[in-house]
Amino acid sequence: MLNFARPFVADSGWHLLNMTEGVTDLSKKIYDLHMMVFWVCAVIALIVYGVMVIALVKFRRSNGAKADTKMVHSTKAEILWTAAPTIILIAMAIPAARVLIDIEDTRGTQMTLKVTGYQWKWQYEYLDEGFSFFSTLSPQSNEARQLQSGIDPSGVKNYLLDVDNEVVVPTGTKVRLLLTAQDVIHAWWIPAFGMKKDAIPGFVNEMWFKVDTDKPGTYRGQCVELCGRDHGFMPIVVRAVSMDEYKAWAAERKVALAPPAAEPEPAAPAADPNAPATASVAAPVARG
Amino acid sequence: MSHHEHDAAAAHDDHDHKPYGWKRWVYATNHKDIGTMYLVFACVLFFLGGSMALVIRLELFQPGLQFVDPAFFNQMTTVHALLMIFGAVMPAWTGLANWLIPMQVGAPDMALPRLNNFSFWILPFAFLLLIASLFVPGGGPAGGWTLYPPLVLQGGDSLPLAIFAIHMMGASSILGAINVIVTIMNMRAPGVGLLNMPLFVWTWLITAYLLIAVMPVLAGAVTMLLTDHFFGTSFFSAAGGGDPVMFQHIFWFFGHPEVYILILPAFGIVSEIIPTFSRKPLFGYESMVYASASIAFLSFIVWAHHMFTVGMPLAGQMFFMLSTMLIAIPTGVKVFNWCATMWRGSLTFETPMLFALAFLFLFTLGGFSGLMLAIAPADFQYHDTYFVVAHFHYVLVPGSIFTIMAAVYYWLPKWTGRMYDETLGKWHFWLSTIGVNVLFFPQHFLGLAGMPRRIPDYSVQFSDWNMVSSIGAFIFGFSQLLFVYVVVKAVRSGAKAPARPWEGAHGLEWELPTPAPYHSWTEPPSPTLIARGAEH
Repeated sequence: MLNFARPFVADSGWHLLNMTEGVTDLSKKIYDLHMMVFWVCAVIALIVYGVMVIALVKFRRSNGAKADTKMVHSTKAEILWTAAPTIILIAMAIPAARVLIDIEDTRGTQMTLKVTGYQWKWQYEYLDEGFSFFSTLSPQSNEARQLQSGIDPSGVKNYLLDVDNEVVVPTGTKVRLLLTAQDVIHAWWIPAFGMKKDAIPGFVNEMWFKVDTDKPGTYRGQCVELCGRDHGFMPIVVRAVSMDEYKAWAAERKVALAPPAAEPEPAAPAADPNAPATASVAAPVARG
Repeated sequence: MSHHEHDAAAAHDDHDHKPYGWKRWVYATNHKDIGTMYLVFACVLFFLGGSMALVIRLELFQPGLQFVDPAFFNQMTTVHALLMIFGAVMPAWTGLANWLIPMQVGAPDMALPRLNNFSFWILPFAFLLLIASLFVPGGGPAGGWTLYPPLVLQGGDSLPLAIFAIHMMGASSILGAINVIVTIMNMRAPGVGLLNMPLFVWTWLITAYLLIAVMPVLAGAVTMLLTDHFFGTSFFSAAGGGDPVMFQHIFWFFGHPEVYILILPAFGIVSEIIPTFSRKPLFGYESMVYASASIAFLSFIVWAHHMFTVGMPLAGQMFFMLSTMLIAIPTGVKVFNWCATMWRGSLTFETPMLFALAFLFLFTLGGFSGLMLAIAPADFQYHDTYFVVAHFHYVLVPGSIFTIMAAVYYWLPKWTGRMYDETLGKWHFWLSTIGVNVLFFPQHFLGLAGMPRRIPDYSVQFSDWNMVSSIGAFIFGFSQLLFVYVVVKAVRSGAKAPARPWEGAHGLEWELPTPAPYHSWTEPPSPTLIARGAEH
């Protein structure tokens, strides 16, 4: 089987053709499901397009083809091409339903992280540890992404996919995310974790992931629900580390961010979607 | 009745009743004049919406922000979609319905001519409002064409303008749909039974019912946005006891039937063109009718597959996944019937057939990605990425737009009495088909690699395929100027067309003289003509 998936590398991406397998159990199940459906579609496509191409070649009038005007109906054929897809669909639905049930199984989570979307940043609250912080686009990316900044994005490390404060989670641990938002709907997605879910103001959504113990590393994603002017500029970065490293990090953060009650005042939800995100873009560009 | 007599009658009508000058258009009650206005309007909006798409692809040509502010980018994505859906594709279908349905069912005109005039003339004003909204303080609507609250409620003065524009578009569509239904139900010539009607008439009849069912739902949803914003209600605000997700349910209850409103008439057109150029009747006519009706029915019970990530209960996700997968069955039946129509045919490849074949190949491709998107767990990866953008553009551009163009090439000789330039038509076809694939195929890769939709700038690993996609966009966009040139050239100076320019064409419209008389069937067609026309 072809394997298009390659590890993330920061180049210009000709080779990026397929979904990545990811680093969680769920992401691999989803990947397998995706490939299964893809290959089923590919085989059906081969047959259907094959028939079309044969018809286009064989039944050209320029080849002397005479139309068989009596060939207008066949109950047998109709039954066959209704029944065959039905069977294929059932065969696809069963594994899909299984994965869906696995995804929704939120039992036995070992830690909880509350994620709140703001225009245009994320807040992470470690409910078990009692500290929280905001995570925004890294200053280098933010400078380079301004209109006509003159900075070449390829010179910026992890352009648009880097933040000031990374989320740190332990590997091999079932992490529950509680998602909500302060202003408008956002959505939280790390492709390598396989799942995305909306963060909706006034409601709490739930999802979970468990990074494989042998896959520590830094994983990147973005907000995936249009949330206004700077929707494209609120990345998500998660560093998965061993449990020991995580404990050391959490202890350090606890001290650094103490007392936890002193939450930073969130920026007032911008009423004007055109409001510049930073002082450096004081003049929104004239409409072209 | 002989053709000669009919010609004489038509000429008589022309002299007596045809208004001239601007009155002909402003006071138009003739189905052909109104159809022409609809088609020209759709073409203008297609170019306007297309130029917005080119602004989007220009900004996405390379990473970094070179040309537009992100807020303006969002206005472009939003207004591009609204113009293309409500301003280009839907009016083009109504235009084709106007031109073709009376000719195809043996009627002199549409049943409700003044309503017809009204439903068209609402549109320019609706779109003036929408386009004007780009120039008010705060800029145009920028929350996406799906208008999700609370984001859409952050819009400035553009919000009420866009909402009233949508109300007017909805009213226009409903009136147009009523006219289609009344015409088909009441104006069929004696002897034209429901199961003798051309498939285009059938698919439009089903589309019209979908329009009447769902446009009021959209109107209700946007009205609730309006009262939430201006009158202190909280339909969609959790703080006031409402629910932003409820908007999405209501919107997509409209939105999914809407996508079939955009594609069902295309199924009808293709079911006319493929038999003509295969010189063979449509295979499985009745199953085509039933498949269209099944698709329409299913379209009402699949809406939440657009919102798998909002956090639905497991049972809800399961239901919407399975119901969505069911759509593959009637859609498959259609594709197989078209293939079987070509099988053992005698095929030639004039421009309308080429566009119909591109539809067949590329709409099917969009169907495959649609099936992938139906699989809820996989959709958690695909959702809101460029994979979705690729999917719906494959079904809308080579699906709906190509078919509209196929229809124009196919019926233009009957409408105008003149042939288009076949060589230029083929050039237009090949440029469009290559352009559209270069434009949208790489977007599958981008989506799978993790590029979200509706972003004005992207991380550098997405650079290459974005550049390819933008090049495709410019090839596709500029090739459409050729389409306008071919049509204008044909209308002005095309070679004179015979009454039946396609030897394999069947249907009552081909029994009329060329160009089609101002009033189509002033006397009902004879049983002989009906029998000859009904050889689908």
